[in-house]
Amino acid sequence: SLNGKYKVQRHGLFVLCTSGDSVKVYSTRTEEWLHSLQGHTNQVTGIALNPANHLQVYSCSADGTVKLWDFIDGILIKTFIIGYPLFAIYVSEKHEGIVFLHIGFQLVAVHLPKSAEQEVEAKELSAVSSHISPNPSCTAFGREGQYIAFARNLQLNVYFFRKQKTYSFSLKATDKKGAKNAFTCIACHPTDDCIATGHEDGKIRLWRNFIHKKEYTYSTQHWHHNAVNTLCFTPEGTNLLSGGIESVLVQWQYGTGNRKEFLPRLGGSILHVSASSDGQLFCTSHSDNKITVIESSFKVCGVIQGLVKDAVLTDLMIDPRSKALVLNGKPGHLQFYSLLRDKHLYNLDIVQQEYIYEAGLDQFEVVKAAFDIKGYWLATVEERGQKSSDLEFFLKLWSYDERTQSFVLNTTITAAHTDRIISMCFSSSEETTMLVTIAEDGQFKAWCQGVDADTQQDQNFWSCDFVGSYHNLKPTNCSFSADSSLLAVSFQEVITIWSPDTWELLTTLCQPPGVIRDLCFGRLSCSKYLISTTTRNLLCCWNLLTCALEWSTSVEVSKLQSDPLSENVAAFSYQSKHTDLFVFKPNEPRPLFTHKNVCSEKIHRAVFVPREEPLNNCDESSQWLNRSQLYFLTQNMLVIDDSVAVTPFYLLLGKHRQQQQKLNTPSHQAADRPQQPQGSVTITELLHTPAHVLPPASVLCSMFVSSLLISNTGEMESSEQEMNSEKEEEDSEGEMEACDSQQELRAQGSVDEVTPKLSKAQERELKRVRKTDFSWMAGLIDSKP
Amino acid sequence: MASFKPTKVQFLPKLGEKVTEDTLYWKNYKSPVQIKEFGAVTKIDFSPLAPHNYAVTASTRIHVYGLHSQEPIRSFTRFRDTAYGGSFRGDGKLLVAGSEEGLIRLFDISGRVALRQFTGHSKAVHVTSFLSDGFRVVSGSDDLTFRVWDVPSAVELSSITEHTDYIRALAPSKLNPDLFVTGSYDHTVKVFDMRSGSSVMTMQHGHPVECVLLYPSEALLVSTGGRYVKIWDLLKGGQELVSLKNHHKTVTCACLSSVGNKLLTGSLDRHVKVYNSSYKVVHNFDCDASILSMAVAPDDEVVAVGMTNGVLSVRHRKHKKDKETLTSRRRRGPSYRVFVKGKNFVPRQDDFLVSKPVKQYLRKYDKQLKSFEVSKALDTALQTWTRTSKPEVTVAVIIELNRRGTLKNALAGRNEESLTKILNFLLKHIFDPRFSRPLLTVGDIVLDLYRQVLHQSPVVERQLQRLMEVLGREAELQQELLQVLGILDTLFASLTPRKEVLWEEHCPMSLNNHCVSVSSVSADVCRI
Repeated sequence: SLNGKYKVQRHGLFVLCTSGDSVKVYSTRTEEWLHSLQGHTNQVTGIALNPANHLQVYSCSADGTVKLWDFIDGILIKTFIIGYPLFAIYVSEKHEGIVFLHIGFQLVAVHLPKSAEQEVEAKELSAVSSHISPNPSCTAFGREGQYIAFARNLQLNVYFFRKQKTYSFSLKATDKKGAKNAFTCIACHPTDDCIATGHEDGKIRLWRNFIHKKEYTYSTQHWHHNAVNTLCFTPEGTNLLSGGIESVLVQWQYGTGNRKEFLPRLGGSILHVSASSDGQLFCTSHSDNKITVIESSFKVCGVIQGLVKDAVLTDLMIDPRSKALVLNGKPGHLQFYSLLRDKHLYNLDIVQQEYIYEAGLDQFEVVKAAFDIKGYWLATVEERGQKSSDLEFFLKLWSYDERTQSFVLNTTITAAHTDRIISMCFSSSEETTMLVTIAEDGQFKAWCQGVDADTQQDQNFWSCDFVGSYHNLKPTNCSFSADSSLLAVSFQEVITIWSPDTWELLTTLCQPPGVIRDLCFGRLSCSKYLISTTTRNLLCCWNLLTCALEWSTSVEVSKLQSDPLSENVAAFSYQSKHTDLFVFKPNEPRPLFTHKNVCSEKIHRAVFVPREEPLNNCDESSQWLNRSQLYFLTQNMLVIDDSVAVTPFYLLLGKHRQQQQKLNTPSHQAADRPQQPQGSVTITELLHTPAHVLPPASVLCSMFVSSLLISNTGEMESSEQEMNSEKEEEDSEGEMEACDSQQELRAQGSVDEVTPKLSKAQERELKRVRKTDFSWMAGLIDSKP
Repeated sequence: MASFKPTKVQFLPKLGEKVTEDTLYWKNYKSPVQIKEFGAVTKIDFSPLAPHNYAVTASTRIHVYGLHSQEPIRSFTRFRDTAYGGSFRGDGKLLVAGSEEGLIRLFDISGRVALRQFTGHSKAVHVTSFLSDGFRVVSGSDDLTFRVWDVPSAVELSSITEHTDYIRALAPSKLNPDLFVTGSYDHTVKVFDMRSGSSVMTMQHGHPVECVLLYPSEALLVSTGGRYVKIWDLLKGGQELVSLKNHHKTVTCACLSSVGNKLLTGSLDRHVKVYNSSYKVVHNFDCDASILSMAVAPDDEVVAVGMTNGVLSVRHRKHKKDKETLTSRRRRGPSYRVFVKGKNFVPRQDDFLVSKPVKQYLRKYDKQLKSFEVSKALDTALQTWTRTSKPEVTVAVIIELNRRGTLKNALAGRNEESLTKILNFLLKHIFDPRFSRPLLTVGDIVLDLYRQVLHQSPVVERQLQRLMEVLGREAELQQELLQVLGILDTLFASLTPRKEVLWEEHCPMSLNNHCVSVSSVSADVCRI
């Protein structure tokens, strides 16, 4: 959310930050989100306060426009169309009516035309420099806009507006001590002729006397051990603020040499620092999606925290108590994020060690976590040394403390297994809690809460209850049945079923080929079924009463997720570079709902989030979403799929990085559309059903007629194209095997892909023609004889 | 802004005995008071009456001590030869004692001269006791007989010869005046009923019986002899319930505590052991000499132990009152008032509260780690006191340094003295399974860093030599143990051929357990 490039404040009351294609306004006092300035169609790349009016802000975006906003009321005042993707914006008091924009590798001055219209095209562009760094913090105005300084690699350039001349000063790439002198950021003193530059090796240089090309001087100060990310002078110019990966905000006193103050452990590396115009407040933005508001007395007075975007190593989980989404947060923490309020709740410190902000350091990270069914226990695994040979990991168990309303460490198990823990799960019964861990050492262990008989104390520590293995095979998955009477552990190609009461191996199920990838029991009425997926494109459903294969189908499933509140199971299938979603009940081999091309990335994590109140959606295709919503997560989402609905959560995570989507919106689209009686089977069915069970003829008639019409709204038709085809297939081949229908679907998909050379409009036309033809033909052929 | 998180020191569970409530209870005694007697103390008996004076039989005297007196209140000295087995009557008014010459004397507790003398035994009488009706005295002698005497008339009521060796143990029943238990050097324990005039039950102890003891319920009988303590169930017809072998010399005496009926046994090996209700040793008192007799006062106020060297050692229970007086005497410095000054002030409604940040107190090494002074932090952690008494702290700092990637920096640039310190620490703890992993890393780094200059210091070179030797021995040992494990595995496999899953349940042998066993064995080896 706060992947903000830049923040500006006015009188310390507001913080503005860019977030995706909008600018968010926060209050510094309450840390609350006030409103967002929406209107750009692409990523907002920079914001700058209008120097002429402090209630207005310019924003520039990759969509090629500069917009002027009234940020207190959130009103768009003007739009200036530039026409090129913009990367940064700079303004100065001295240059009224001119904004400096960063286009390509050029710094361009743009005269904003004064016209009353809402949308104006700005055409007066004049290049200032054609060699500037792509990093927007490497450019800054100096001394009330007398000159502009910009650095690129090893060269610092100063352009004087009055002389219209550029002076260049360059450094050597390295010196004897191995310094890395490339510029990383730049800041100019507001009243003095002094430029502060940050460098890759953590040095800060203060340049003076640069008005003369030869006789310039600079002084060097060195505190940061890594690149300086940002520099900022306070408005009076008394102090210089700097920040970097160390997450320490350093305040250098200007003019006194080396006197400095520190504000350490702000969390996440510091990306930007800015000061309010009265110099009373500073704020820093961090890589972990956070803005810290700092008083001028160097005390933190507010934190605005968004969803921490770090590599998600744990599963997506729902805290049964707070219904918050739980995943990796700050390094070594788990974050609790309320999806209902779209707000970060808190971070739970799992590792409890000082995190060292240093690049390339291998530190403990939470890799697995699991909640028990009541939310009373939390199990976590933290790991270090994945890359090197000596792996260290701890299994920790946390109990919920009612008094402090958070989790308290109960047991730390130092050597739970001899090798990495692959997966773990809690038993699902309410009476006894049991944890099962499986590890790469070929064993699975059951952990129970045991009262030590000798000490007779009421401290319930966890201890190992059972160690099991199966022919020294490596286990891959474990799962408890809905009533916890059975434990299924898959060992490579074999599923073993154990009784947790007696630890007896009850039976083994085997359906080669392929290693078991996912395993889950059915819920509620389907609890007798066990569903497994293999790496060799097989989805199997076992009946545990008969210990026989109920059905199986050939589909490549990358992620299987069962809904705890209903019988439904969601399967994500990834092939030929896009992911399809199937929702089914284990008792019938036919998908309830299919959604092709959910996204073009492989889906790694998914979770069903229970709704506050169940919906009363009667439509068959969206009934599965009545009780819970499905969230899923892909890694390194690069392609933007615009056909999926943009949801708040989706925006939160940012388009360029990860993508999570609420699936209810697309399904609603499907739901709104009346079912069209197309295809031979439907029509025969309609004709064969007794009249008294059919809906009123008036309803049927309009539907029937509308199905025969060619739609004029081609736009809408095409967007729903895929929906239509799926529906059609589903309806027409109800009696056939599910796998067949899926193959058909794939075939259909490939037909679509054969014609990429046609233009969009042509393709749309073609599709429509083909589709209408089909329905007509089918209707004619089947109904006439 | 989060505060600095201090280094986490892992508190690993101590191996060995766990601290239980019993242990705490029995630890709560003051250091013993030593009273010198004239000879070996053979019998101690507490008066059942309120001041709970106790009679101590030693040499030719019986001294009666008050609970807190160190001088005898009263002494009975009219013995020509060694006195034995002085014991009180149930009302605490009369005292009976046998003697080496075979005479049994009966004293009034307030008198000095014997009220009655029972003659009849031809050899030394080691055990005497009143029966619970208080009118009869039973005595066991080395002439293989025991006799029952009538107190008012001083007449021998009966004499029974069933034992075939010296009678050295006697316990009358408190519930039935006609029952008593005797133990003899003929390895038997017999229960006699005066009504039938013969033994009703005989139990084979297997060793010369030194002491017998009845539980208050009189369903359980304790007999000691040899190194064994055996518990018999009388209600099951004298079935052996438990046989305990916790002493390594003859167990000479046993008694029961009055709180919870815990069993205490004393032995010639100079230990008193306290058992819990499931007959596990929960506490151990050490004494200076072999123990011959022992008694516990009612309410466990006093544990009195008599030894062969004539020393009576008396332990008194600590009370909270005593502790308070002790601490109050010790207390120095400012009064309580100083600490709470202003802290219990309740703010009024219109007061403006300014919260003061809680100061975080850090250990010295944490402070140094906070300011990234890695070498100094390691020095602090390697200080003699920390190194010897809290090695886990040293190891925690080493782990922390390793995690920060600065262990090499911290170890570099050391002189011979500090390097010796580190190597000594390695030598001492490298086999501790809890520490071995980080310490091996340290060893590797030290070798890497100082390879070039090692030969310059003979001290360091010698230490490395030792380290190598010990590591080699350890490796051999590990290999042997793995072989043993292989053998065991095959044995287990052959024992349960069908249900191979089951044995895992009974012996959850993870590799960790192996490591622990390996290292504990190796520790033993090192000690040898």
